[in-house]
Order: sequence, then C-alpha cells, then structure tokens
Amino acid sequence: MSVPLSLLALLSQGPAYGARIKADFEERTGRAFPLNVGQVYTTLARLERDGLVVADGGPDDEGRIPYRLTDAGRAEVGTWWERPVDRTEPARDELVMKLALAVATPDVDAHAVIQHQRTAAMAHLQRLTRAKLALSAPGSPPQTEPVPTPTSLSDEVVLEHRLYAVESELRWLDHVEGLLLHRRAPQSAPAPSVTLPSAASATAAPSAARPAPDPSTPISRPAAPDTRH
Amino acid sequence: MTEPILQLIDCTRVHGQGETAVRALDGVSVQVQPGELVAVMGPSGSGKSTLLNLAGALDLPTSGQVVISGQSTSQLRPDDLAALRRRKVGVVFQDLNLIPSLTAAENIGLPLELDGRRVSEARRAAVGALHELGLDDLADRYPDQMSGGQQQRVAIARALVGERRLVLADEPTGALDSVTGDGVLAVLRARCDAGAAGLLVTHEARHAGWADRVIYLRDGKVVDEAVGR
Ligand SMILES: Nc1ncnc2c1ncn2[C@@H]1O[C@H](COP(=O)(O)OP(=O)(O)OP(=O)(O)O)[C@@H](O)[C@H]1O
Ligand SMILES: [Mg+2]
Repeated sequence: MSVPLSLLALLSQGPAYGARIKADFEERTGRAFPLNVGQVYTTLARLERDGLVVADGGPDDEGRIPYRLTDAGRAEVGTWWERPVDRTEPARDELVMKLALAVATPDVDAHAVIQHQRTAAMAHLQRLTRAKLALSAPGSPPQTEPVPTPTSLSDEVVLEHRLYAVESELRWLDHVEGLLLHRRAPQSAPAPSVTLPSAASATAAPSAARPAPDPSTPISRPAAPDTRH
Repeated sequence: MTEPILQLIDCTRVHGQGETAVRALDGVSVQVQPGELVAVMGPSGSGKSTLLNLAGALDLPTSGQVVISGQSTSQLRPDDLAALRRRKVGVVFQDLNLIPSLTAAENIGLPLELDGRRVSEARRAAVGALHELGLDDLADRYPDQMSGGQQQRVAIARALVGERRLVLADEPTGALDSVTGDGVLAVLRARCDAGAAGLLVTHEARHAGWADRVIYLRDGKVVDEAVGR
C-alpha cells in the first residue's frame, strides 16, 4: 500500500507530527483517501522501526512528537518518484465479471445490461463534471482564489482520474455492444436466396463485409446457435 | 413550464428516393429548454449530424416539424429561414468554414453585419466573444495565421456572438487538446446556464458529461436517454 510512501514524501518537505501529516495528506490528495490519526501513528512507528524516519526531538507542550526523514527515508522517496507504479495486475472488477458472464449466458439480455450500466455511468459522469465545474469556476462560492493553488490542483487531479475512469468504462461498454452487434448480425440478416450455396450465403450477408472481431478477445461469443455450415 | 427554444416533433428525414433511400432520422422528438445543454451520441451513421442540420434549419424534415423559438422551419420562406438562422442559431461544425480573406474578428462579426448592424458594433461584439474564450490577441489574425485549434475556437466564438439563444455544435473540440477542449465546453455550458439552449453532438462521453441530458441515437431512432442532475 502506498500510504507509507506518501507519508515519507510529505516528510521530505520538513519534520511534522502525526496530526499535521494526516491533514497535509488529505488536503494534497483531493480528500479522496481519508486516513485516521491512529493509522498515521502506526505507520510512523513502522517507518521508524525500518530506519526511514526518526523522532525529531522530544514531545512538545501538547505531547506531540515530530518526525523527520533519515537519509535512507529520503532515498526511499527519491526511488518512489522515479519508479513507475505497477498497474499490470488487473483489479477484480464486478462489472467486468458481470458483463463477461452476461454475454456467455443464453437467457441474459447483455444489451440491456450494457444499456442500464451506460445510463448510470453517464449520469455519474455528468455529476463529476458538475463537481469539476464547481471546483474551477472562478466566481463559485467555495473557491475564491483566482489562481489554482497546489492543493486545488491536487483536487482536480483526483477528480479527473475519476472522470477518465468513467469515460473509459463508457467506451468499453460501447465497444462490447459493438462486438455483440457484429457477432449477432449474420443471424439477423434476411434469409439468403435459396439458389445460393450455403458457403456463399454466409459471405453474402451484408455484415460479413466487416472484419471479424478479434479472435483473441477473452469474451466468449454470445450463446446463439450459429454452428450450421 | 417555459417554452422550449428548440422542438423536434416526430421528425423523419429520408435522403434519396426509391431503392437507395436512406432513413437518416426516423420519428425523433427532442425538446431543448432555455438553460439546457443536450448531448447527442451514437455510432457513426446513426443520424446525429442529420438531427443537428434540422435543428439549425440548414435542412428540412421529410415529415414532422422543427420549431425554433416558436417558428416552424417548414413553414418559413427561404429568406425568413435565412434570417432565423442568422439571428437565432449559432453553429459550430467539424469543418470550420472561416472565410480566409477575413480576420478572426471580421469572421465573427460577419453574421451581425449581414443582419444590418454597424461595423463598429459588430467589431465590439466580436472582440467580446473572443475575450470570453481567452483569445483577445487573435482578433486581427487571418485564418492561415492561426493554428487549427485557434481556428476552431474562433469558429466557436462566431457561434456564440450576439444574442443567439440556440447553439449547435458538432464535435466542437476536434482539433483541441483535452484541457483546451474543456475550456470550450465550459464556455458552451456557461452560455446555456445564462439561458441559451444547446445541442452538442459528440462521440466522447467525457464531453457529453457537460450536458444535462444525453440522447443516444441508433439507426435514426432515439434508443436511450440519460439524465445527470
Ligand atoms: N445528403 C445525404 N444523402 C444521402 N444520405 C445521407 C446524406 N446525409 C447523410 N446521409 C446518410 O444518413 C445517415 C445518417 O448520417 P449522419 O451524417 O446524420 O450520421 P452521423 O451520426 O452524423 O455520423 P458520424 O458520426 O459519422 O458523423 C447515414 O447513413 C448517411 O450515409
Ligand atoms: Mg456527423
């Protein structure tokens, strides 16, 4: 998990105690990843054990202990900025499972599944766009500074990530719908003239002019009986 | 309820005749109220541009009615139709149609001049429209002295100039990077929030996110509608 590294990154800006680190973390990550103070102190204790941070002097009047980076901690942060985050392991995504099952289950209307999901995703996208507008509109009440501050930029980074995620999901849904239509097309085409030999009739269907869908796609064909040749 | 600025009532548009006739739009009804931005999505060939051409009085329905600010386009004489287009409708299309021998400001002011406004007045309005898009320094440039993205934004300024209460856009952010494109959509959104009616054709869900409603077309018919707010 990236929270320890995020805390190290914040400490690279100077010593700080737990509650301060928690507040900075939340503000600079668009308030999208709430932490509790207990979690912060547990993490700091682990980082201290690993030699990446040390207590920076004793407790202050209110008993708070500031921490600072060690050289090893500073090196760790440097490596983090340089190293790409590993995104190759796909998440276990309910929608992916559901749609993959839908196209392979004969009595499920995959088009309807797609349509419902698309309507919900589009509404979500519209709400996110509204939120973005509120974030950036110069005259809007909550945000008064005309120049974006670093933290309002962080807010925008987090919000844009959500927007792009929904957008990519919508495009994927459209694509899957296209795949379904292309695969189904040969059966829905009008019956070929009786004089045509059956092999030719397949290529005579208008939709057969399109390239066949990529056979490497992991989604199995919709279960329509289409094996007569 | 307020009077819609744009109404398509059971509109059908058939291109060509006999065997080669194409039913580009098939019984479509759409209303756009003042303050509303409606996005139109759908696969290539589904009738989006056809719908926009009807909405902008650039084309007439084969059957059904298009009513713009209370006037039915099928019942107007050609010169009244042209005046309606000039005064009430702002259009941004994929091909920009800037006039090469006119500067940006002259291009933008042209519809106002054609409408009998004084040159100085048209200039003032044009400069205002450029300012709204953050393009103040382009006023005196000719189209071939601007980048594709800048020309696109000038074309958008032209669509927004004056008191146009109906703004139609077909993929208006085509040549723009995503941040600049967002800026254009924000202006379109602001226009609608100020009382205009907008119709935005787009392939990109991200752009449709700026709309209040999204209409999906397939084979000339409305197949789905998503409401965000
Ligand atoms: N002037 C015309 N004459 C004949 N057919 C036309 C004409 N204009 C459009 N069509 C046909 O009408 C259908 C709808 O076309 P339209 O341009 O509205 O699609 P679109 O949704 O805008 O597509 P795209 O996303 O590719 O721009 C298409 O089948 C097209 O070939
Ligand atoms: Mg089109």
